[in-house]
Amino acid sequence: MHHFGKVTEMIRSEILKELVPIISDHLVVCNIGLPSQELHSIDDQPSNFYMLGTMGLASSIGLGLALSQKEKVISIDGDGSVLTNLGTLPTIANNIANNFILLIIDNGSYGSTGDQPTYAGKKTSLSAVAKACGCENVIECKAEDTVVAVRDAIEGNQMTIIVCKCDSGNVKVPVITMDPVVIRDRFMKEVVSKNT
Amino acid sequence: MSIEDKIVNDFVKNDISFVTTVPCKQLAGVIGKIEECEDIYHIPSNKEDEGMGLCAGAYMGGKKPAIIMQNTAIGVTINTLVTLTQYYRLPLPMLISYRGELGEPVACQVEMAVHTKALLNQLNIPTYHFHKEEDVEELDKILQYTFMCNKPVAILTDASFWKGY
Repeated sequence: MHHFGKVTEMIRSEILKELVPIISDHLVVCNIGLPSQELHSIDDQPSNFYMLGTMGLASSIGLGLALSQKEKVISIDGDGSVLTNLGTLPTIANNIANNFILLIIDNGSYGSTGDQPTYAGKKTSLSAVAKACGCENVIECKAEDTVVAVRDAIEGNQMTIIVCKCDSGNVKVPVITMDPVVIRDRFMKEVVSKNT
Repeated sequence: MSIEDKIVNDFVKNDISFVTTVPCKQLAGVIGKIEECEDIYHIPSNKEDEGMGLCAGAYMGGKKPAIIMQNTAIGVTINTLVTLTQYYRLPLPMLISYRGELGEPVACQVEMAVHTKALLNQLNIPTYHFHKEEDVEELDKILQYTFMCNKPVAILTDASFWKGY
């Protein structure tokens, strides 16, 4: 497979920008590195839990959160991070939380470390892996269809895995300097207020 | 009351309602009791760092979590303990089978046993070692302590405590 003559698709930061109006009312657990930094610079708010370290665990944190309270939870993950913690998919499949949405922004590369290619951009299909793991509601979509897919998932009442295929590429954004305990504390207060 | 029942009772008494486990032969009995307990959501994980992520989410969702795992897991979870559990100041009781101690039949387990306490010490993780059956009497206080100080706390349980492998 080659990419000659490929029409330029959206990159992660453009998808996040489009998603903000739809996800800003919901609890969001965001992946380490550039995804968190981009979300933070576009729309910082207490309902966002930014991961400052620990690659791979955005989906696990999101699932634990979804299983422990009633509000909708959206984990924004990446293909590289899901590959790092591939064991998460059987756990998700076998512990159904209908308030949980896992959005995998699959740009086929490790964006935060210099766009090295991942296997998800080669022969490995994360949506096929998710299905094989037992996830029942798996959607693979193009970058431009992500907003509709996420909106449908939020309006539906079924655990959903969305694999959004997009281009690799990053924008320049500052690192998050907020203290982790502050991120956690304001997020937990938001969880409580949304549940009451 | 069996050791296993006492452990699960203390979990419930301390409002622990979300428990993730990665199995160990020494822990089979307590994992079985966790699975049976109606007050606890038992979520087996495929790797211990994944389990710590689940516990972090559960805690932020308002549930008190715990992880049950083998001491070999210290080797796979150092980054998670440091950059998630400790960095965000999250409480996490870790009930750990201390393999590779007296009574151990599998030589390879000793290789991680010799590093276990040194690693926990290096990570500044409060560590308790259950060697005799009556040591379990301290579990209730250890759990209270964990959720008082918002730290990961290790409870090492060896083969002598479990009365054999």
